Amino acid sequence: MVVVFAVSQVGSLVAAASIPKVIQHIVDGPITHRHLDQLLPMGALLVAVGLVEFIFVFLRRHYSGTASLHMETDLRNDFYAHLQGLQVSFHDNWQSGQLLSRAISDIATVRRFVSFALIWFLQTVVTFVVVVILMLQLDWQLALVVVGCMLPIAFFSHRFHEKYKFIARRMQDQQGDLTTIIEEMATGVRIIKAFGRMPLMQKRFEDQAGLLRGTSLHAINERAEIWTQLNFLPNLSLVSVLLLGGMSVVQGRLTIGGLVAFMSYVFMLTWPMDAIGWVLAMREEFQTASERLNEVLDSHPEIADRTHARTHERSRGRIEFRGVGFKYPKSNDWILRDLNLVVEPGETVGLVGRTGSGKTTLAYLVPRLYDVSEGSVLLDGIDVRDLQLRSLRSHIGVAFEDPILFSASVHENLVMGRAIVSDHELKRAIDVAQAGFVWDLPWGLETRVGEQGYTLSGGQRQRLALARAVLGTPPVLVLDDPLSAVDVHTEAAIEEALARALQGVTGLLVVHRPSTLALADRVALIDGGSIAAIGTHRELLRTNELYRALLSQEYREDREEALA
Amino acid sequence: MAGLLRRRSRRLLAGLARPYRWWLALAAVLILIRSAAFLSLPYLVGLGIDKGVRPGTTGNLSTLYLIVGALLLAIALNALANFAFLRVSGQIGANMLFDLRRTLFAHVQELSLSFYERYTSGRIISRLTSDIDALNELLSTGLNSVLTSTISVLAITVILLRLDVRLGMVTLVAMPIVVALTYWFRSNSGRAYRAVRRAIVLVIVHYVESLGGIRAVHAFRREPRNQEIFEDVDARYRDANIWSNRLVSTFGPAINLLGRLTTTSVLLYGGYLVIQGQLTLGILTAFVLYLRQFFDPMQELSQFYNVLQAAGAALEKLAGVIEEAPTVPESVTPIRLDSVKGAVAFEHVTFAYRDKPVLHDIDLNVPAGQIVALVGETGAGKTTMARLIARFYDPTIGRVTLDDVDLRDVAVEELRRAVVTVTQESFLFSGTVGENLLFGRPGATRDEMVEAAKAIGAHEFISAMPNGYDTDVRRRGVRLSSGQRQLVAFARAFLADPRVLILDEATSSLDLPSERLVQRALRTLLRGRTAVIIAHRLSTVEIADRVLVVDAGRVIEDGPPSELRVAEGRYGSLHRQWLESLA
Ligand SMILES: Nc1ncnc2c1ncn2[C@@H]1O[C@H](COP(=O)(O)OP(=O)(O)OP(=O)(O)O)[C@@H](O)[C@H]1O
Ligand SMILES: Nc1ncnc2c1ncn2[C@@H]1O[C@H](COP(=O)(O)OP(=O)(O)OP(=O)(O)O)[C@@H](O)[C@H]1O
Ligand SMILES: [Mg+2]
Ligand SMILES: [Mg+2]
Repeated sequence: MVVVFAVSQVGSLVAAASIPKVIQHIVDGPITHRHLDQLLPMGALLVAVGLVEFIFVFLRRHYSGTASLHMETDLRNDFYAHLQGLQVSFHDNWQSGQLLSRAISDIATVRRFVSFALIWFLQTVVTFVVVVILMLQLDWQLALVVVGCMLPIAFFSHRFHEKYKFIARRMQDQQGDLTTIIEEMATGVRIIKAFGRMPLMQKRFEDQAGLLRGTSLHAINERAEIWTQLNFLPNLSLVSVLLLGGMSVVQGRLTIGGLVAFMSYVFMLTWPMDAIGWVLAMREEFQTASERLNEVLDSHPEIADRTHARTHERSRGRIEFRGVGFKYPKSNDWILRDLNLVVEPGETVGLVGRTGSGKTTLAYLVPRLYDVSEGSVLLDGIDVRDLQLRSLRSHIGVAFEDPILFSASVHENLVMGRAIVSDHELKRAIDVAQAGFVWDLPWGLETRVGEQGYTLSGGQRQRLALARAVLGTPPVLVLDDPLSAVDVHTEAAIEEALARALQGVTGLLVVHRPSTLALADRVALIDGGSIAAIGTHRELLRTNELYRALLSQEYREDREEALA
Repeated sequence: MAGLLRRRSRRLLAGLARPYRWWLALAAVLILIRSAAFLSLPYLVGLGIDKGVRPGTTGNLSTLYLIVGALLLAIALNALANFAFLRVSGQIGANMLFDLRRTLFAHVQELSLSFYERYTSGRIISRLTSDIDALNELLSTGLNSVLTSTISVLAITVILLRLDVRLGMVTLVAMPIVVALTYWFRSNSGRAYRAVRRAIVLVIVHYVESLGGIRAVHAFRREPRNQEIFEDVDARYRDANIWSNRLVSTFGPAINLLGRLTTTSVLLYGGYLVIQGQLTLGILTAFVLYLRQFFDPMQELSQFYNVLQAAGAALEKLAGVIEEAPTVPESVTPIRLDSVKGAVAFEHVTFAYRDKPVLHDIDLNVPAGQIVALVGETGAGKTTMARLIARFYDPTIGRVTLDDVDLRDVAVEELRRAVVTVTQESFLFSGTVGENLLFGRPGATRDEMVEAAKAIGAHEFISAMPNGYDTDVRRRGVRLSSGQRQLVAFARAFLADPRVLILDEATSSLDLPSERLVQRALRTLLRGRTAVIIAHRLSTVEIADRVLVVDAGRVIEDGPPSELRVAEGRYGSLHRQWLESLA
C-alpha cells in the first residue's frame, strides 16, 4: 500500500513536471524545424505521458482515499467499542449528542486532515523549497526580497492559531449541544406533543443553532483574514520584485529574460500559499477533534475485568451484600450505607422501600452495572469484582423497571447477547411472562418492535422485558418492579408462572404491591440506605410500622371512610 | 444548474437561496472585481517589463513607478475584494444553513407520531446532523469555486477564440467529451453518494439506539453482537465512500487527461499550420499556455461538481423529509373554542395502527367535569383511546370531539392547552427539575411550580436533593428514581392546568403511601376538570365517577364503580381479584 502510494505520488509529480518539457521539445524541435514527420511521434509521446499521469494520479487518490477511509472506520469502530465498554455511569453523565458528534463529525475531521491536509502540506513545502532554490540560482538578492515578503506568514499563522483554536473548539462543542437538542426532541416527541411545546423546543433549538451560526461566522471571518493575508503576500513580493528587479535591469545587473523568469516563479507561489491557508484551518480543526476524541478515549472503564478476574462456570446463586455503601459518581450522598443482606441459593427475597430509597440502586450492584463504593457484593462467596464481567452477567437475568427495548425483532430483543437459544426455551420464557401476544404479531417473533418498543402497549413491553430476564433460566434473577404495568388478571397469571420459574433460582424482587410478595420467601425493608427490617411478609406487617405504612391495606379503611 | 439535481432538491435549494439573492449578487460583483484585479496582474507586470524597464537607460524610472503604483492598487483591490467576498459568501452559507436547520426542525416537530414510529429517532438525528453537514461544504466553498472557475473558463474561451478561431474550434471539440464525462460521473456518483447517505444513517441509528440502552446491553452481554453490527454498517459506509472516492479519483484526472489530449491536438494541428506557414509560432505558444488556464478551472469545476453531487444526495433526503406531510394535520380553518368546557365524545370510532385494528366502533360520551376510569387487560386499547383524545392519531372511522367540535377542526395550540396527557412513559428532558416542571407551563412562577410539586407530594424529595429544584436530572431523568420521575411528570401536567387531564398509569411506579397521597390530592385537583384515568391498581379507579371496562378494543361495561363493583361483570371479578391481591 505504502509502496503503491509513494510510487504513484512521485510518478504523478514527475509526469506532470515532464509535460511542459515535452511540449517545449515539440515547439523547439519539429515545429521550429518544420519536421512534419516527427510531429506525430512526439504527439504520441505527449499522449503517453498524459496517460501515465492519469494512471498515477488515479492510483494516488484512490489509495490515499481508501487508506484514510479504512483508518476512519477503524477509529470509529474502536471508539464505539470503547464507549460500549465504559460503565453505565459514564453514559449517565455525558450528553449523548456530544458522544455522537465525536463519533461522526470529529472522526471525519481527523480523516480529512490525514487524507488531504498532510498531502497538501507536503506538496506545498516541496513546491516552496524548489521555487526558492530556483530563485536563489537566478538572483539571490531578489530571492531574499521574496523570502522577506513571506516572513510575516509565521506571524500571521501564529496569530491565527491562537484565535482559531478556541473557535474550533467552541464550534465543535456547540455542534454536540445542538445534536443533543435534536436527540431530545426526537426521543421526547410524545411529551413535546402532549404539552404542545413545539414552540419552546423550536426556540431552544434556534438559540443553540444561532450560537453555532455565530461561532461559524467568527470562524469564517478568521479564515477570510488569513486567506487574504496569505494571498496578499506573494502579490506583494511580485510588486517588489518588479520594482527592484526593474531597477536592476535598468542598472544592467539583470537581463529582461531573467526578470521574466523570476516573475513567473513568483506566480508559482500563489497556489501553495492558498493551500497553506486551508491546511492551517484544517489543522486546528483536527487538533480540536483529536482533543475531543481523547477526552472520551482517555476515560478508562471503571467497571472492567480485573487482571486476575476469573470465570465462574456454575453458580449456586448465593448473593451476599457485605457492608455495602454506595454513592453515585459525582455525588456526595450515600444512597446505601452499611447494608448487609444474604440471599441463599434458591431463595427469593423481596425488596421493599419508599420511592427513592435505593432499591433499584441495590439491584444494579448485582450485575455490576455500578460498583459499590465500600464493602462488597459476593456471588457464591466471590467478590463480583473478581469475576469476569461476562461470566458474572451470564448468571444473572435482569428485568429493569423501564423495559429497555430496541427497534429490532422481538427475537433479537429477547436473545440479546446470549448464544443461540432453542425455540423451546424461548417458548418457556414467553409463557412465564405471559407474553403470548408475540405469537399474534404480524410476523411472530420476527416482528420488529418500534424504537423503545413504542409500537407495543405498556404491559406488553414489560412482559417482553420479563421474558428476556427469565430466558435461559439464569441461576439469579433480579426483577425490578416487573409487574407495575399489567392488569390484575395478568399479574396473577404471571405470579403463578413465576413462582414455578423461581424454584431453585435465587431471586431479588423489587416490589411496591403486596400481591407479588407472595413470591418472596423473605422481605427486606430498605430505609435510610440499609436494611431496616427483614423477615416474612406477615412478620414484618405485624412488627414494623413503616412496612405497614408501605404495604398494608390501609386503603380499605380509606375507602370505607369514603363510602361512609 | 438545471438538471444537475433532482427537482425537489433543487426547489429546496432555491427556496433557501431566495432571501439572499441580493447578497449573492453582491458576492458575484465582488468576485468580478477580484478576478479583474487578479487577471490584471500579469498584464500590468508585462506592461511594466515592456515599457518601464529599459536596460542601460538610467534615470527615467517614472513609468516603472507608475506601473508599480497601479500594481499596488490592483493587489490591494484584489485583497480587499477577496476578503469581502469570503466574508459575504461565508455569511450567506452560514445563514442558509441556519435557515435549513430551522425549517427542518420545525417541520419534523409538526410531523405525527406515526412518522416517528416508522422513521425512528436515529434517522431524524442523522438527517438533522450529518445530512446538513454534507451541505455545509457546498454552502461554504461552493460559491467561491463555481463563480471563480466559471468566470475564468468563459474569459479564457473568449481569448482562445480571438487568438485563433481554428485552434479555438479544436479546443471546443473537447467540450462534448467533457459533457459526456460529466454525465457518466453524475449517474454513477449520484448512486454512490446516495449509498453513502443510506449507510451513514444506519451507522447513526445503531449507535444512538445501542448506546441509549446501554444498561440492557451490559446486563445481557450484547456488546460483541453490537460491535459486529456496528462494524458491519460502518464498513458499508466506508465502502460507499470508497466507491465515491474512486469515481472522483477518475473524474478529476480524466478531465485533466482531456486537457492533455486537447493540448496535443492543438499542438499537432497548430504545428501543421505553422509548418504550412498559416500560423505564427508565437500564437501557437500563447495558445498552448492559455489552454492550461482553461483546464485548471475546469478541474476546479469538476471538484465543485463533486461537492454538488455529495450535497445533492443529502438534499434529496432532506427534501424527502420536507415532503412528509403530518398524518394528523392542523385544520386550515380551525374552529375557535372560546372557553373549553371539556366534554369529550367518541362517535363510532374505529381505529387501526397501520393495518392493525385496535378499537372497534366506540361510542362514548363524557360530559365536562366527569372523572372516567378506563380499565381492562393489557393491550386492550386504553392507551390508544387516550391518544385519540389527545389527537396523537386521528380515528380511522368516526370522530372524536371536544365540546362537540371534531378534534380535526380544533387549532392544535388550543387543543394542547385544553388536553394534557401524563403518558405511560415518564420521559424527562435533561435540565433541572424546575425546567422539567415548567415544561408544563413555561410562564408559571416559581411559587406556582412549587405549589404543583407540593400538591402531589413531590416537593419533599425535590428539596432534599443537593440543589433542590435546580438539580440537573440529566438525560431522560436518570438522576431520579423511577417513582420520582413519575411524580415530576405528574406535577408537570398539573402545572399545565388543562381542562381535560389524561392520566395513563400515572402512579404505577409509586409506593403505596405516595400513591395514596396522590389519590387524595386528585379529589381536589380534578374538581372541575374532565379526567380520564387509566389504571391497573383499582384504588385509583375508586375516585372516578364512572368506570369503562375496555376489552379487545370495545367498551364492554360502563357505570359508576360502586355499581359495577358489586355486579357480576368483568369489573366485579377484577375488583374481587384485586382485593385478594392486597391481602
Ligand atoms: N445517577 C444518579 N446520580 C445521583 N443520584 C441518583 C442517581 N440515580 C438515582 N439517584 C438517587 O438515588 C436514590 C435512589 O434511587 P433508586 O432508583 O435506587 O430508588 P428506588 O428505591 O428504586 O425508587 P423507586 O421505587 O422510585 O424506583 C434516589 O433518591 C435518586 O434520586
Ligand atoms: N404505535 C403502535 N403501532 C402498532 N400497534 C400498536 C401501537 N401502539 C399500540 N399498539 C397495539 O395496539 C394494542 C393496544 O395497545 P394500547 O397501548 O392501547 O393498550 P393498553 O390498553 O394501553 O395496554 P396496557 O395496559 O398494556 O398499557 C396492542 O395490541 C398494541 O400492541
Ligand atoms: Mg426503582
Ligand atoms: Mg397502556
